[in-house]
Amino acid sequence: MPDSDTLAFADRPTTSVGLVTPHVARFDTPLALACGKVLPAYELIYETYGTLNAERSNAVLICHALSGHHHAAGYHSEDDRKPGWWDAHIGPGKAIDTNRFFVVSLNNLGGCHGSTGPVSHNPETGRQWGPEFPMVTVSDWVASQARLADQLGIERWAAAVGGSLGGMQVMQWTMTYPERVANAVVIAATPRLSAQNIAFNEVARQAIRSDPEFFDGWYAEHDTVPKRGLKLARMVGHITYLSEDAMGSKFGRDLRSDDLNFGFDVEFQVESYLRYQGDTFSTAFDANTYLLMTKALDYFDPSATQGGDLAKALAPAQCPFLIVSFTTDWRFPPSRSRELVDALTRAGKAVSYANIDSPHGHDAFLLSNPRYDAILSAFMSRAARELNLAETGGDEAGKDKASLEETP
Amino acid sequence: MMRADLELIYDWVPEGAHVLDLACGDGELLETLAKNKGVTGYGLEIDHDGINACVARGVSVIEHNLDDGLSSFCDNSYDQVIMTQALQALRRPDKMLDEMLRVAEEGIITFPNFAYWRHRIHLGLRGYMPVSKSLPHAWYDTPNIHLSTFNDFEHLCREKGLMIVDRAVGVGDHQGHWKSRLWPNLFGEIAIFRVRRR
Repeated sequence: MPDSDTLAFADRPTTSVGLVTPHVARFDTPLALACGKVLPAYELIYETYGTLNAERSNAVLICHALSGHHHAAGYHSEDDRKPGWWDAHIGPGKAIDTNRFFVVSLNNLGGCHGSTGPVSHNPETGRQWGPEFPMVTVSDWVASQARLADQLGIERWAAAVGGSLGGMQVMQWTMTYPERVANAVVIAATPRLSAQNIAFNEVARQAIRSDPEFFDGWYAEHDTVPKRGLKLARMVGHITYLSEDAMGSKFGRDLRSDDLNFGFDVEFQVESYLRYQGDTFSTAFDANTYLLMTKALDYFDPSATQGGDLAKALAPAQCPFLIVSFTTDWRFPPSRSRELVDALTRAGKAVSYANIDSPHGHDAFLLSNPRYDAILSAFMSRAARELNLAETGGDEAGKDKASLEETP
Repeated sequence: MMRADLELIYDWVPEGAHVLDLACGDGELLETLAKNKGVTGYGLEIDHDGINACVARGVSVIEHNLDDGLSSFCDNSYDQVIMTQALQALRRPDKMLDEMLRVAEEGIITFPNFAYWRHRIHLGLRGYMPVSKSLPHAWYDTPNIHLSTFNDFEHLCREKGLMIVDRAVGVGDHQGHWKSRLWPNLFGEIAIFRVRRR
């Protein structure tokens, strides 16, 4: 990971949004979900960076990926050792420039970072939702995000931006609410998962569901978590996020000690790394949420209702698109982004596409890279210019933000 | 001020046309066409700076290697396909010509004319591979692997049964100079063709 992603608060550069505080929005209008169930009420946790202008025309929506959340940029406390997950691209002077844009980043429904999800209390049963939390899809997320936009008084996003599963939400926005998105950025995504993608997700799900501590999803009531399952799920997932080259250059065949032990304990550095990643994740993420998120990935296929014709599915879209892929991404490889690009050109939509050289595989979308930063900046600057967005900030703008925060 | 060959092409693209611009560079032509003539379409480019410049000016550009063909574009899906100064750098220029006229009825192609008199002097009198404004590279690092002449291209079009709607040459910054109209193969530095399938 580059330095900008790992700098502690004390060492933050001037391009950091600094300290941020999450907000919670409550929704009491029932939300009908794609699965047929209805969520009577729910909460979404979100953060904002920058200042909403008087016309409310400079808002940018950030959609998160599988294990992401609302904390995309800045720090929660001065003791934080790392900034938000997309700090490389959000901040003053960065590609998503908070001097110009008002950035909104939320945790999706079904998440485990503060939005209503399996770890929330179900008022109807008086217990945790757990495995009874309804399946949520990309369309459901977009519908809930639209309600958040309504509550914030944002009629149209200056841009919707997302990587991986986040990119799918951006695609969905342009189809469901075409008039509410002025620009769309879809990074390292795919218009639908391949059989191989679904297969990897199924291995992850089986790892979780076969853990004896899973208790059919009621692990919380047994005061436990399916740590082993979640760890395995993360380990297999993590392999798909990195490229073979990246793994090779990072770990090679390096051993932790000088000699082979002829045993099954950790010997190779890559084993140690994967176990560490899995362990960290298994205590920080909810297993039911992980199951839901992987299903949302599997189900996403906007072409399905159009007889497999993606161009037809994208027909309602009105905004210019930027599609970005990374050369060594084998989870959602460049060819999948190109499918999306070809569908968009067939549909006659404004679209630009860049395939960025990066050794970092799928994870490249999270990192900084000169060409990636440049193309994102070029697209966002052009968007700002076309929307006549001036630089915000200063005292008066600060007041706007304060009044927004008081909005119930 | 656009490059001389682009000025000429600008006039050849009809109002409101849907075009593909192969090797669109920094997107200047497409931007001008979109602004003044309501032209829509896409540029294909492989150069990173060119792609970035297109995105910055709001021109739709797709990173694409022309040697991979145009299979991702459907038959007759565009009014015109334009290709400026790229023919000579392709692995199979003849196949690209077929592809261009599969995707659109009409194609506009520009390339450096190898039979330009200065090039002839370089090769014929001095005995060296020509280096000029239109062919600025040394023989060993040039991307221009399929050099041809005004006459060669006409010959290829005839072989393929294509109709040459228009042809012109550019000489430095003065396109259509009288000498070049008379003897385009000798006095034209840049060859510009508008071709159509019959």
